[in-house]
Amino acid sequence: MFDDVVFWALALPAVAAGVMVFRFDSMARATYALLTSLLCVGGEVLLLGLDYLGVVIVLMMTIEMAVMAVFMVMYMMNPAGLMPMTMVHNAKGAVVICAAVLAVLVAGILLAPWPARRGEPSADPTRDLGLSLMGPQMLTMMTLGLALVATIVATVVLATRRGRYDRYGDDVDARCADDPVRGGTGR
Amino acid sequence: MAEAAPLWATLVLPLALAAAAVATAGFDAVLSASAERGPAAGPREAGLRALAPVREALRLLVQQPRRTTADDRLLGRLGVVLVPVAAVLAGAVLPWGFSAVSDPPVGIVWFNAMEVLAWAAVWLTGWGPNSALALIGGHRFLAQGLAYELPHMLAITTAALGAGSLRIGEVVAAQDGLWFVVWMPGAFAVYLSSALAMAFWGPFAHPVARDAAGGAAAELAGVDRLVFLGGRWLLLVVTAGFSVPLFLGGGNGPLLPGWAWTLLKTAAVLALLVAGRRALPVLRMERYMEVAWTVLVPVTLLQALVVAVVVLNG
Amino acid sequence: MSLEPFLLLAAALFSIGLFGVLTQQSVVMLMMGLELMLGGVIVGAAAVWRHVAPAVADGQVLVVLAVTVMAVEMAVGFAVVTALFRAREVDMTDMAAELKE
Repeated sequence: MFDDVVFWALALPAVAAGVMVFRFDSMARATYALLTSLLCVGGEVLLLGLDYLGVVIVLMMTIEMAVMAVFMVMYMMNPAGLMPMTMVHNAKGAVVICAAVLAVLVAGILLAPWPARRGEPSADPTRDLGLSLMGPQMLTMMTLGLALVATIVATVVLATRRGRYDRYGDDVDARCADDPVRGGTGR
Repeated sequence: MAEAAPLWATLVLPLALAAAAVATAGFDAVLSASAERGPAAGPREAGLRALAPVREALRLLVQQPRRTTADDRLLGRLGVVLVPVAAVLAGAVLPWGFSAVSDPPVGIVWFNAMEVLAWAAVWLTGWGPNSALALIGGHRFLAQGLAYELPHMLAITTAALGAGSLRIGEVVAAQDGLWFVVWMPGAFAVYLSSALAMAFWGPFAHPVARDAAGGAAAELAGVDRLVFLGGRWLLLVVTAGFSVPLFLGGGNGPLLPGWAWTLLKTAAVLALLVAGRRALPVLRMERYMEVAWTVLVPVTLLQALVVAVVVLNG
Repeated sequence: MSLEPFLLLAAALFSIGLFGVLTQQSVVMLMMGLELMLGGVIVGAAAVWRHVAPAVADGQVLVVLAVTVMAVEMAVGFAVVTALFRAREVDMTDMAAELKE
């Protein structure tokens, strides 16, 4: 009973905030509507008994959306929504496609013969996850790690305009990097 | 393992945190006043000086609120209120002696998640009033957050690693004999600096610095300002208080009961921070960013390596 | 609590996100749609873990995977937008299509 109340108290705001993401004119509001939706998702994961993952989702999504808001304000034409404009294409077709997808998913969810539950959750699912990631799922973990490293390198390459020739001169032999903003370690 | 606190503790917690915040702000005001106007003539004057934050709070309560044109009131208000709310939610896992309001199995991650809500709160406060200086302050706090968060996470992970648990009660229990600060000095120092950065206070007050006319708080007046700046003191108390269970042995200590040791240690950490901020200038974030990523991250990684080796051989 | 409500929530979030991805012209807004779709995936994976196979941690690993994909997607997305904006002063998908010409 209590679980039902919590579920609906999180599910309805999650869906409502998700809809509002694409209805707000203000980009800051859209970003924080998405954050609301994802925080509710974190709450649902907590409700499902995954303490660690639920809190980590809250932690990561807060950081992610706080940073995202900066980019939204930076790149969008109408960051504060003071001059309403629409920036959508093919809305009608998309509505049809999404309604069809939703209908198929709902039909599948309601009609599929879901298997009966096998086993009981252990007392400490966090420990299970850790042992699994460092044991049978080690390959997954290593792939994720490599993907994250590749992401760091790729984002820096894509986003930066200055290479080592700009920073250290044509022969890459300058003693100090010539950066527009000086760092804090004695340069 | 920590026992659960009675239910009334939930109601007492915000009041206790607020009392600690007022005391800390009072101590800070006394030190500021004696630096500006010389030492206090007597206990009466010192007491009056210590009450300065309370007087300021009462003044803000009756001050006219200020509105700017085309502001985003919803998000601005949300940001202002979120600062003390994040502090109190983070304080819910703070053990008082050996019992906390809540001691979840992932308490350390919970504390980190709640403290990160301050990122959103400060940025929203800066975004709300549609003012350039306030938005600069909000952006500064995000840059500061990206600088301090990585060393901070590694530092608190080190304490969890030493105890072999993410539950704060077990971290305290693991320090029954030897406090973590003794064999994790690097992590402790990094934690103290990031505690200041989280509360954007002292040397990390760049987001609300004077060079941006008050930064994120530039346009706040009246009750909004009281809630925001009061919430900042709450954050400082909570983050400083959290160093006690993490590194300073929590309620462990001879003779005195657990709650008294927690109180003493928290007061000592806060006194150190308040007195220490007078020796440090406000840091610009592009400078701290480089120090954080090229010095503090390797330091905390080495510290974690040492702790891991000790734990594996212990 | 049974499995179906959680999966219905997941399907709803996924469909809303898909709508955003299909309609939004701005690259940044498109990424918000992707995040919403991945939020649906997280709810679905966690619910299936709880109600179908709680004894093994595979469902949890799927959640970890989805969270990582979210982080990677956002980081790469913003880097691409920054590079696009530097090169062409555009931030919309329709305009980026001209790049192939």
